Amino acid sequence: MRAPAKVILGLATLASLAVMSGCSIQPWVKPYEREHLADPIMAFDRNPVSTSYLDHVFEAREGARGAGGGAGGGCGCN
Amino acid sequence: MTMTRKSRLGQWAAALLCAVVALGHSSGAFAGVLAEDRADALYHRYQGGGVTIQGPSVLVRKKIGENFAVNANYYMDFVTSASIDVKLSASQYKERRTQKSAGLEFLHGKSTYSAGVIDSRESDYMADTAYFSVSQDMFGDLTTVTLGYKRGWNDVFRNVKGADGSKTRDPTFADNVDTRGYSLGISQILTRNLIAGLNFEAITDEGYLNSPYRSVRFVSPGDPRGFALEREIYPRTHTSSAVALRGKYYLPYRAAIDTSYRFFTDTWGINAHTLDVGYTHPAFRRWVFDGRLRYYRQNSADFYSDLFPRQNFANFLARDKELATYNSFTVGVGAAYEFSVPWAARWIQKSTLNARIDHITINYDNFRDATVTDPGNGIPAGGEPLYKLNANVFQLFLSVWF
Repeated sequence: MRAPAKVILGLATLASLAVMSGCSIQPWVKPYEREHLADPIMAFDRNPVSTSYLDHVFEAREGARGAGGGAGGGCGCN
Repeated sequence: MTMTRKSRLGQWAAALLCAVVALGHSSGAFAGVLAEDRADALYHRYQGGGVTIQGPSVLVRKKIGENFAVNANYYMDFVTSASIDVKLSASQYKERRTQKSAGLEFLHGKSTYSAGVIDSRESDYMADTAYFSVSQDMFGDLTTVTLGYKRGWNDVFRNVKGADGSKTRDPTFADNVDTRGYSLGISQILTRNLIAGLNFEAITDEGYLNSPYRSVRFVSPGDPRGFALEREIYPRTHTSSAVALRGKYYLPYRAAIDTSYRFFTDTWGINAHTLDVGYTHPAFRRWVFDGRLRYYRQNSADFYSDLFPRQNFANFLARDKELATYNSFTVGVGAAYEFSVPWAARWIQKSTLNARIDHITINYDNFRDATVTDPGNGIPAGGEPLYKLNANVFQLFLSVWF
């Protein structure tokens, strides 16, 4: 198995164990305390059509890619 | 029997649709919400380095009941390119790329399942992508974990100019690229004003990964310019990993500041760092202003050189400036104005008109402007000025929530 796949599998296993163990972690930020977090200005991706376009602009001109949340597609940079 | 592109993507689309619908029929208790119904129509324009790319993008997202949502995107690029690569070894060209995508989301309890397909076409490159992801809210909805997988099939062609100047596909060249991507994301509410996210993504490619047009240059004393050109050759495999950490904080006076850092590494020897800082500020009741600074730096690929010492110097040869050592700095500002449409108030809840401009400056450390080589006037091959790229990216879009 390739190294990245091993890392993903390991982290997924940890996440699954945490869920299955029925952790009794109490939410330290109650639902009624999330008014600020629910404000639209706090969204990581407030305008998806704009974000995905700008991600594409950078990806076509840089060697790096990934970890931005997009699903990809064509390049348009041949 | 060879499977065609359409049947390949069609089978994936059918399988993903069946999986999501099957999950829907097995659903029990429901909770949580899907994102709002929304439509966006965007005009985009990139101009820099002799390249102009512009076109529309339309994104629509609609809930069906409380548990399903569909989304569709239509995107076009109209490209006019006389880039530095084109000037060196080809002639100016015009190209069109069309991308269509469709996706489905299903909410079941605290899990959200997403699946979709993307189809991108240009005259010499066709890309199909299928993706699937599952998100799970946990720990009192303070944490969201997302696992994703995507698979891509790309067909690469080469266009040649016919005797009458028209563009035709070279019948002697066709290749493909196979892509797989694995991602893990964790979003975490830390305080009542602070949210953080951690994303990891590994992507592997196999196939024809270079451009069928681009050339590398090598020292050739017999040539008047002191160099000659040969086709670039890349490895046929490429695996990359990227991890990104980001955070967003709600300021005391209704504004938000966010930052992110991404580290990237790949099997071609590139390491890259991206640092991003943004600020969002609502004002004058109907306006929201955004500002953003982004810094990017990478080192060159192991097989990159601006000028190889001789022809066929190594097994792999690249002179793609995207594989060089460089840093990039981006400054962006945006504004959104919220307005109402009285005659359509029954259908439209909110509308915004948005404009955004980003200026990108890229300073290359080992990519030279080979179009100005002139040994007779003291500019020998390898002694040209380093290349610098300035580009403006403009976006104008209308968003409607319905």
